[in-house]
Amino acid sequence: MAKENKSLIDKILGNNSIDEYIKAFPNSIGSHGFDPWGLNVKNFRNNVRFAKYLYDKIYKVEAFGLDNIPKEGRCLVISNHSGQLPFDGMLVGYAMLSNPDAPRAPKAMIERFLPSVPFIGNWLSSVGAVIGDPVNCTKMLNNEEAIIVFPEGVRGSNKLYKHRYQLQRFGNGFMHLAMKTNTPIIPVSVVGMEETIRSYADIKPLAKILGMPVAPLVIPYIFPSKVYIHFGKPLYFDNDVYKESDVLPRVEQVKDAIKNLMAEGKEMRDAYYAERKQKKSNIKK
Amino acid sequence: MEPKKKILVTGAAGALAKKVIEQLKIEYKIVAVDFRTKVDLGIPVESYKIDFNKRIFEDIFREHQFDGIIHLGRISAQELNRFTRYNANVIGTRKLFDLARKYNVPKVVVLSTYFVYGASAYNPSLLDELTPLKASELTMDLVDSVELENLSTIYLYKHPELNITILRPCNIAGPGVRNTFSKLLSEKRAPVLWGFSPLMQFIHIDDMRDAICLAFEKNKPGIYNIAPSDYIGFQDAIKAAGSNPIPIPSIPPQLTEAISKFLKWKSFPSYLINYFKYPVILDGSLFEKTFGFKPKKSLKDIFTYYRSLK
Repeated sequence: MAKENKSLIDKILGNNSIDEYIKAFPNSIGSHGFDPWGLNVKNFRNNVRFAKYLYDKIYKVEAFGLDNIPKEGRCLVISNHSGQLPFDGMLVGYAMLSNPDAPRAPKAMIERFLPSVPFIGNWLSSVGAVIGDPVNCTKMLNNEEAIIVFPEGVRGSNKLYKHRYQLQRFGNGFMHLAMKTNTPIIPVSVVGMEETIRSYADIKPLAKILGMPVAPLVIPYIFPSKVYIHFGKPLYFDNDVYKESDVLPRVEQVKDAIKNLMAEGKEMRDAYYAERKQKKSNIKK
Repeated sequence: MEPKKKILVTGAAGALAKKVIEQLKIEYKIVAVDFRTKVDLGIPVESYKIDFNKRIFEDIFREHQFDGIIHLGRISAQELNRFTRYNANVIGTRKLFDLARKYNVPKVVVLSTYFVYGASAYNPSLLDELTPLKASELTMDLVDSVELENLSTIYLYKHPELNITILRPCNIAGPGVRNTFSKLLSEKRAPVLWGFSPLMQFIHIDDMRDAICLAFEKNKPGIYNIAPSDYIGFQDAIKAAGSNPIPIPSIPPQLTEAISKFLKWKSFPSYLINYFKYPVILDGSLFEKTFGFKPKKSLKDIFTYYRSLK
């Protein structure tokens, strides 16, 4: 029997059956595998393998409430943000993509400065990230896509370790989009990412020199962590607000929903680690 | 028999204008003008080498009662200096519009470019025709392109009797086309920016010719993007066309600009550096719906042509 030649990437990531999920694209992909936002099927496929590796092997993710994600049509998936790097977005995206009932290939909104970073910007757009511009978002929602948004932005992802599990201020943009395009909001909590990369300070002068919003002082180590993702029930908002101050309570409503889901996730995660600790101590005895 | 209607076509020496003239000369009498050279376009086509800003330009209008103008003539940013270009492209176009008004020309098609939108990290995808034109914010070398558009828009709304149609195409490519990005596809080695491969759109010159003819004949004034719904990363396009990408350092941006200025590489002009970095993707659906336009040539056809040159 001929020996199968596997590349190093294949050996690490495994050659898993992800092709069925890749059919979940709502967009028309052009003749060279690109969609209008720069998503490239080839890169996306490799990225899904990487995401699966992170999901199954590194973070051992457990996802709940997947049946809350609409099987088709537009939706805004609003999540808390943490972990310094955009891995939480990848995990939420993979959970949606590998949902056995209704796989969805979501897009994720990213910071506006990222496209100007060589390689990173290109890679991000090739795997489904799009700058958080309302024009982009509206067009994609009108195209019946699922979009992941982190309304905390860098305030959330790059917060200090001591502020873990404290939701930061939410931008209002997602709520305006949801109301304008009549899109259901799916609140999501990601619990467990806060512990993976820990930031102890934000070196502001360095951030200024680099032209970046933050320059976190981190321990260069990814701490192992079990991650829980909870998808909440869809929330619907009518497009009937008169002034900006009317939007805030609605944003708070979403924030509260995420907070409750986070509490649920934290409880499960604490129970998991307590049980693990118990098992370890039993073995020692 | 009714005499043939007359059209003035500017920029007659360009590949696109030649194709348009070839297509329209059966039904129309064509008068072709170019500032560069007197182009020989065969017997039925009258051809002149002329500067729009000279008084003699009006003689053409005195001699011919035009039924339409197709304004394709433009001095590109690679040619001549900024001042001369502004005079020719902006002041010259104003002269053309004023003469069109004076001699009651009922329709004008103006060719613009997607460069007017400007390439920026903040650009959303699928820019529609209402997107602000930000090219002049990035470089002074594209000011004349933006000003030409603004001038055309002013005349479009202030003088509706001119029935102005402004066309903003994506990269035009194919036989004879000499714009920056099509030239890069035809070269064996093409500069690319290290770590950047902006998404691009290409339209075949034959499809662009059809779009211009359609816009002229259907006469629905307004501003329209012309771009197919197919996309490719710049570096992938270079490879698909059979060229080898040569990476140029992309950070810090000052270094990239210094390299471009030092090399004086026509294929890598400093004023277009941002277009090598960030995508400018157009939404061409308005033109497609309004004019029932569908490009016939695919990206594959375009790249097959460029491969055949290697």
